[in-house]
Amino acid sequence: MSPSPTPSSPPAPLHLAVALDGAGWHPASWRDPRSRPDRLFTAGYWLEAVQEAERGLIDFVTFEDALSLQSTDPAGDDRRTDQVRGRLDAVLTASAVAPLTRHIGLVPTAVVTHTEPFHLAKAVATLDHVSRGRAGVRVRVSASAHEAAHFGRRTLPEFRPQDLGLPGTRELVRELFGEAADYVEVLRRLWDSWEDDAEIRDSATGRFIDRAKLHYIDFEGDRFSVKGPSITPRSPQGQPPVTALAHASVPYGLVASSADVGYITPHDAAGARAVTDEILTARDDAGRGGDTIHVFGDLVVFLDGTAAAAKARRQRLDETAGAPLTSDAEVFTGTPAELADLLVDWQRAGLTGYRLRPAVTAHDLPAISRGLVPELQSRGAFRRAYEADSLRGLLGLARPANRYARVRAGGQS
Amino acid sequence: MSDTQKQIHLAAHFPGVNNTTVWSDPEAGSQIDFASFSHFARTAERAKFDFLFLAEGLRLREQGGEIYDLDVVGRPDTFTVLAALAAVTDRIGLAGTINSTFNEPYEVARQFASLDHLSAGRAAWNVVTSWDAFTGENFRRGGFLAEADRYTRAEQFLRTAWKLFDSWADGEVLADRESGRFLRTADAGTFAHRDQHFDIAGRFNVPRSPQGRPVIFQAGDSDQGREFAAATADAIFSRHSAPEAGRVFYRDVKGRLARHGRKPDELLILPAATFVLGDTDAEAEDRAHEVRRSQVSGQTAIKFLEHVWNRDLSGYDPDGPLPDIDPDTGEHTVARGRASVRMVRDPLATASEWRQRAKAEGLSIRELVIETSARQTFIGSPATVAAAVNAAVQSEASDGFILAPHLVPGGLDEFAATVVPLLQERGVFRTEYEGSTLRDHLGLRTPGA
Repeated sequence: MSPSPTPSSPPAPLHLAVALDGAGWHPASWRDPRSRPDRLFTAGYWLEAVQEAERGLIDFVTFEDALSLQSTDPAGDDRRTDQVRGRLDAVLTASAVAPLTRHIGLVPTAVVTHTEPFHLAKAVATLDHVSRGRAGVRVRVSASAHEAAHFGRRTLPEFRPQDLGLPGTRELVRELFGEAADYVEVLRRLWDSWEDDAEIRDSATGRFIDRAKLHYIDFEGDRFSVKGPSITPRSPQGQPPVTALAHASVPYGLVASSADVGYITPHDAAGARAVTDEILTARDDAGRGGDTIHVFGDLVVFLDGTAAAAKARRQRLDETAGAPLTSDAEVFTGTPAELADLLVDWQRAGLTGYRLRPAVTAHDLPAISRGLVPELQSRGAFRRAYEADSLRGLLGLARPANRYARVRAGGQS
Repeated sequence: MSDTQKQIHLAAHFPGVNNTTVWSDPEAGSQIDFASFSHFARTAERAKFDFLFLAEGLRLREQGGEIYDLDVVGRPDTFTVLAALAAVTDRIGLAGTINSTFNEPYEVARQFASLDHLSAGRAAWNVVTSWDAFTGENFRRGGFLAEADRYTRAEQFLRTAWKLFDSWADGEVLADRESGRFLRTADAGTFAHRDQHFDIAGRFNVPRSPQGRPVIFQAGDSDQGREFAAATADAIFSRHSAPEAGRVFYRDVKGRLARHGRKPDELLILPAATFVLGDTDAEAEDRAHEVRRSQVSGQTAIKFLEHVWNRDLSGYDPDGPLPDIDPDTGEHTVARGRASVRMVRDPLATASEWRQRAKAEGLSIRELVIETSARQTFIGSPATVAAAVNAAVQSEASDGFILAPHLVPGGLDEFAATVVPLLQERGVFRTEYEGSTLRDHLGLRTPGA
């Protein structure tokens, strides 16, 4: 463990991600005069947002997703017509942005409870191919009964937040997150199922590949088994970074065992410290002591030239929505300089970066890229140019060796 | 120009894991890099093709218990590549093969609806089926489907997906900032569907896309497959590219439409076709011979024969006569994961027919395989090929062709530069896209919700 920096020493560079969802994270964001809610279901809308984030040298953007319609009611359908409803598939949206951006990482959300790890592994590997090494994925567990009913393959009890402490609910959560850990294991094995140099095009023997460099993954778990290998050759990053949002110990365990980046929702520096310590301890217990796991703090942000302006804007949006904003994450309202103070402060509690959720994409995303970023740069806390071509490179993560090649090399020695 | 001439539809198949692709050619590029896909798609779009087509496979093929290594192995994910191609093209249709067995309707429907939005109305779905436990080993459910049930599931899958596509009305998204109405009604996306294979209900979460539904393609050739296509498809991929076989197939399938309440122009017949061009017909013949020899090496010929014989034939000389032993008619275990194996319904008859032909024409194993599997559809100068393509369409052997060149990524360049202008001069192929959606290109109406 390195000693905490003294208050006078410059902070280590921060990592910044931007979470994209609809017109923004405030339910009334789509009614902001700058928003273009009529364009939410076009490629151009998403391209412009990602290009704005790329202008701000942001490490990566995430794309929210779910296999159900948005709802304010965790138990199901709220039948509201006054908020953004409907969204495009996140992997496809990220892919449609990839050829027209150059540096920024693209991290779509994927629900792992109802989908096939084989399909997702090739989709994310392909996103990595089309973006030349900028893909990641955010894995999301779904405990919702109505989402399960869209698939009809398994029945889940109606999920109510107040039941989280009950033994049955706790058991279900543990099972779903255990399944998610298996899922990520399958993704990673499939990504390694082709060695980097498996394609040989050997005219002398007539062989396109060296089949000794392709590997069955033979995964057997409680919920599914997968034979492999992938149909998609190993991608530029080898292993695109896996990320997950976590609010409690069981999900922290998933981050610790399986992820490269975890998003947490602290409300002060002490909270950030406690969760970061818990994740890093669990990581060591899981035998990943040598692996870097980034712990990012999630914040909803309202950014304006003055704190009063930001507060007034938030108030106006709350009035438009008919209710004050509620969020799992801390809601920051103020100036870019004030936000920079907070980010640097909480960084000392162990966070290595932040995922900022713009309250209104059309307003707060440019405020991040053109206001917050220069502010952080002037403090030496953020990059001045993209220093790498891959998402792993931006995050300071080495390209991992292929586990099967390692075994093969070991077996030969 | 006669105004009774049919307009030709042309599409391009990005060739991959089969022996069409000549990967050993010095001009052969990557089968995986996005640059190959974008070059291919942009060439097809410059030539005003209707659409680009990607095939799919969900398990690497095996032969003799080992991963097949002679042809191209590996390909990217269909949806992900098509979404990226949407960003670098404007008009060309984007057609992807997606399996109805190892997917679920809610997920596939939202992927296609998303692709249709992201491409502004250019998505098409080639619905294929599988049933085998071999492919199932990569999926949660394993090999859960009996072969006889695959079209039942495919049809129910498609009908379920249609219900999801239709669950949002056109104009449901108001996004009216002033009134605060984002949705027109609180029911948008509400669906319930129950049949033998699916029992699902809730709310679909993608608004109705520009085409309403993606264009539906079908490739089945069995009686059941043809009937499925006649009932549900907008276009059918046929493998009958030879004129007479094409006309027989064309009449058969178009004749099935009426009993499903459909008109002949509601289902296009598009055979897969290959081509080899040259400055003269003679030069093209020489090149075609070269290409065939590159596609079918001695090893490839033996492997191909094993698909029919279902035996290890590695001891045979590819330049010698066909094996005089009969195929093993038990469960097919030699080649797995290959669609072509399923085409051989009666291996004994096929083997006997091939032996007779080889004997009569004095063909070696390799020559026989070239004759049966690697004959190009169109060979000749651009003028010859343009005339043959046009003759096939005007004589109702097809409504057009899906062209699979033998080179990635440049295999379409020459056709686009030389044959297409001749078809345009004849007035049988567009010089500009008339509409913006794939349905526009194919002359199909947009279904109402």
